[in-house]
Parts: sequence; structure tokens; C-alpha cells
Amino acid sequence: MDILKQLADTFLDWKAMGEVIPKMFAVGLPNTLVLAIISGIIGTALGMLLALMGISRNAAARWIARVYTDILRGLPPVLTILVIGFGFGPIVREFTGSTSPYPMAVAALSLMSGAYIGEIFRSGIQSVDKGQLEASRALGFGYGASMRLVVVPQGIRRVLPALVNQFIALIKESSLVFLLGLLASEREIFQIGKDAAATTGNLSPYVAAAVFYLALTIPLTHFVNWIDARLRTGRPEKKEPDEAAAVVGKGAQA
Amino acid sequence: MSEFASGTLSAKNIHLSFGSNHVLRGIDLHVPQGTTASVIGPSGSGKSTLLRVMNRLIEPDQGDILLDGRSVLKDNPDELRRRIGMVFQQFNLFPHKTVEENISLALRKLRKLSKEEARSQALEQLDLVGLKHKAESRPANLSGGQQQRVAIARALAMKPEVMFFDEATSALDPELVKGVLSLMADLAKGGMTMVVVTHEMGFSRNVSDTVTFMDAGVVVESGPPEQIFTAPRTDRLQGFLSDVL
Repeated sequence: MDILKQLADTFLDWKAMGEVIPKMFAVGLPNTLVLAIISGIIGTALGMLLALMGISRNAAARWIARVYTDILRGLPPVLTILVIGFGFGPIVREFTGSTSPYPMAVAALSLMSGAYIGEIFRSGIQSVDKGQLEASRALGFGYGASMRLVVVPQGIRRVLPALVNQFIALIKESSLVFLLGLLASEREIFQIGKDAAATTGNLSPYVAAAVFYLALTIPLTHFVNWIDARLRTGRPEKKEPDEAAAVVGKGAQA
Repeated sequence: MSEFASGTLSAKNIHLSFGSNHVLRGIDLHVPQGTTASVIGPSGSGKSTLLRVMNRLIEPDQGDILLDGRSVLKDNPDELRRRIGMVFQQFNLFPHKTVEENISLALRKLRKLSKEEARSQALEQLDLVGLKHKAESRPANLSGGQQQRVAIARALAMKPEVMFFDEATSALDPELVKGVLSLMADLAKGGMTMVVVTHEMGFSRNVSDTVTFMDAGVVVESGPPEQIFTAPRTDRLQGFLSDVL
């Protein structure tokens, strides 16, 4: 079967793969993880800020959050990365002397994911029953403390699955930073695969890259499902019908 | 022989509108120290809103609120609310915290108690409502009646001068109502100043010192329970009582 052999040669050339895999472990995987994790952390912090601004009583704060979110969420990631990387790169270079596009890549990914994560947090916080804020304020907590201690923690819990999905998207989107022309030591999984494919004329390095991505994203997908199920059913705990057992209220027949 | 350091609460000529909807139209309510005032009336009459105005969860458009004879409208509302405990129809326990943490949270953060001290006071309050053995449970694993008793313990832990109950038993299954009502009756007997918005006419009649009947944002009739329940003077109260009794 010529076709099968041709496909196998194109996609499953073990030699081509074997050459690229050590480099993916040594350079590509760490870079993908660094890009995704740092942007994930900055994006989460930015998202929380945007969410709190979005539900603030201050109209200007709400407006800023709205406009920011609409723009960053509405643009194709490739465009945002190019615009931020090439547009702001020279300015950063002027101030810091750094020519590496790496920080701009992190910035672009963070700014994009911040917009999405902001919407996730906002929906979570707004889904918390109004009675929670009311009860907290009735105890004597101010608005800020009530949000911090009572409302926001519950809101985050509810949107953990959506948040992990966003991290999965971030891992995938980090592949787009190859557009900025990273140094050899800064290349992430996709670009290493792409470079190897270009030099060998064989697509097997892409398959190797795919395996690396799936090894990161599939466990996260299942982690989402696990959290989801856990949130829905809760930790099992035995209920006991002890309303009658507790001796309270001798004044009932007053 | 009061167990509580309770105070006298008065609302004077309270007005409140939401847009064009005039919800409270000049409400007066006087609750002397150590007494229980129950507020009855049909749904939408403004009873629950009145409670929220009296602890300034909602600011009144007009009128004054006095605690121990002093206006509290210029005070920090957060500090006022620390002096007034509130219990809600839907319990509103914090589901992400254990029962003990629900009670100790405010003690630690607002009363600035150490973790150990807050915990021991929380357990003490839980013991008073008969739920010390549930300290480490999550609210979701408690029955409605147990949750409401925890909510009462949470409010009491702040050592309030006044307690508000907003239809505290309306969301409970019938067999769980009695435990919560008897706890409330114990508090009243212990000398707590209480304002109880309720549909439980038995409680209103047997436990409270005064009964206030509200309808459409005004106090229609108010007086001792015997008078309200046996000799209602207005048609509106007579109609209401014949509907609910």
C-alpha cells in the first residue's frame, strides 16, 4: 500500500521524531510552560481586577473594564500578539535595552487571557446569591471585606472549570508567539516542531509537538471534569435527622 | 435579670422609595430594651424592608433610627450592624466555610480575636443552639432547621444589642419550625431586644410584647398581642387575621 507507506513516512518518521524530541524536552516544554504559567498568573490577577471593576458601583471603572474586555476578547489572538509584540517591542527596547520578544509574548498572552478570565470571574461572582453579601454586611463587614471573604471565594469556586479551560486555551495560544521570532533558547514546543519540519521536509516533528501538547492539555481536561463533578455533588457526608435530638428551647410553650 | 446587654431601638417616621414605588410611608416603631416586637402583615407590605432600613442595609430617604435614644444615621453603618444581629429567611450561611468558621469569621476579623479564642467562643455559641457536634460540617450538610440555628448562633456570637428575625421560619419544613421558634422564644425570655418579622401568628401572639401590623408601607395597627389578636380595630387587620388564622 503506497499511500499508507507515504503517510507513515510523512507523519511517523521515527528518526525525524527522535531527533526533535530531546530538544522539545530540554527547550520547548520549559518555554511553553513558562509562557503559559506566567501569563496564566498575570492573566488571573488582571482578570480579577477587571471582574471587580466590572461589578463596581463606580461607572468609570465599569466602563473601562467593559471596553478593555470587548476589545481584547474581540480580536484574533494572532493579531493581538503581532500588534503588541511588534508595536510595543521597540518602546520596551528603548527603555530596557532588551531585544528579546519574550516579555512581549508574555504580555500579549496575559492581556488576552485577562480579558477572558475577567469575564469568567465576573459571571462567577455575580452568580453568588445576593443574600451572601447581605448576611456578611449584616454581621458588620464592609463591602470590600464582604467581597474578599465571602462573595469572591464562592464565585471563584463555581468557575474553576471554566478557569482551567482558559488555561488550556493559553497553553495552545502560547504556540502563536513563534510569530515574534524568538531566539533559539526561547523557542517553545510548536516552533521547535516547525523548525525541524522545515529543515527535514517531514511532518513528523509536528506529530511529536502534538503529542507534547496533548500530554499537557488532556490531563487538564480531565482535571476540569473532576472538579466539575466534585463541585456538583460535593464531598459526601452523612446527614442525620437530629432535629428532635437536640434539646433546645424550653420556652416553646410560653 | 437580663442575660444580654440589649438596647432600646426606635424608628421614627421612616420613608423609603424605590423609584416611584413608595415602599415605606412614615413608619414608627418603638422597641424598648429587652422586649420583643413582632411585625406582621401581608407580603409586600414592607416588613422585611423595614428591618433592612433599621440596620441600614438600605438607607432611608427620610426619618431617624435611634439606638438607646441616640440617632445612628451618622455613625459608620458597619459599626451599627455589629450591634444588631440579623437572621434571614434563607439562612444565608457561608457555604464555603464550616459551621464553626461561619461563626468565628466575624469574631476574628471584626472583633480581632485570636483564632483559638474565636473558635472557642464559636463552639460555645453552637453549644447553646445544640449543634456543637456539627462544628466541622458544611452548611449544605445540615437540615434547614439546623442551618437556621447556626445562623442564630452566628448573629449572637457578635453579642448584639438587638436581634432582627426576617421570616426566620418561612423557608423551613413544618416539622423543623418548632425548634427554631423555641430558640427565639428563649432569647426573648433571656432579655434580648428583638424585632421579629413573621408569619407565625402563634409566636407573635405568645412571645412578643407588642405586635405591629403593616400594610402597604404604613403601620395600620399596633399594640399588645391580646388587643391585636382578639380586638382588632381596623378592617384591614380583621381581614388579614381572618385570612391567616
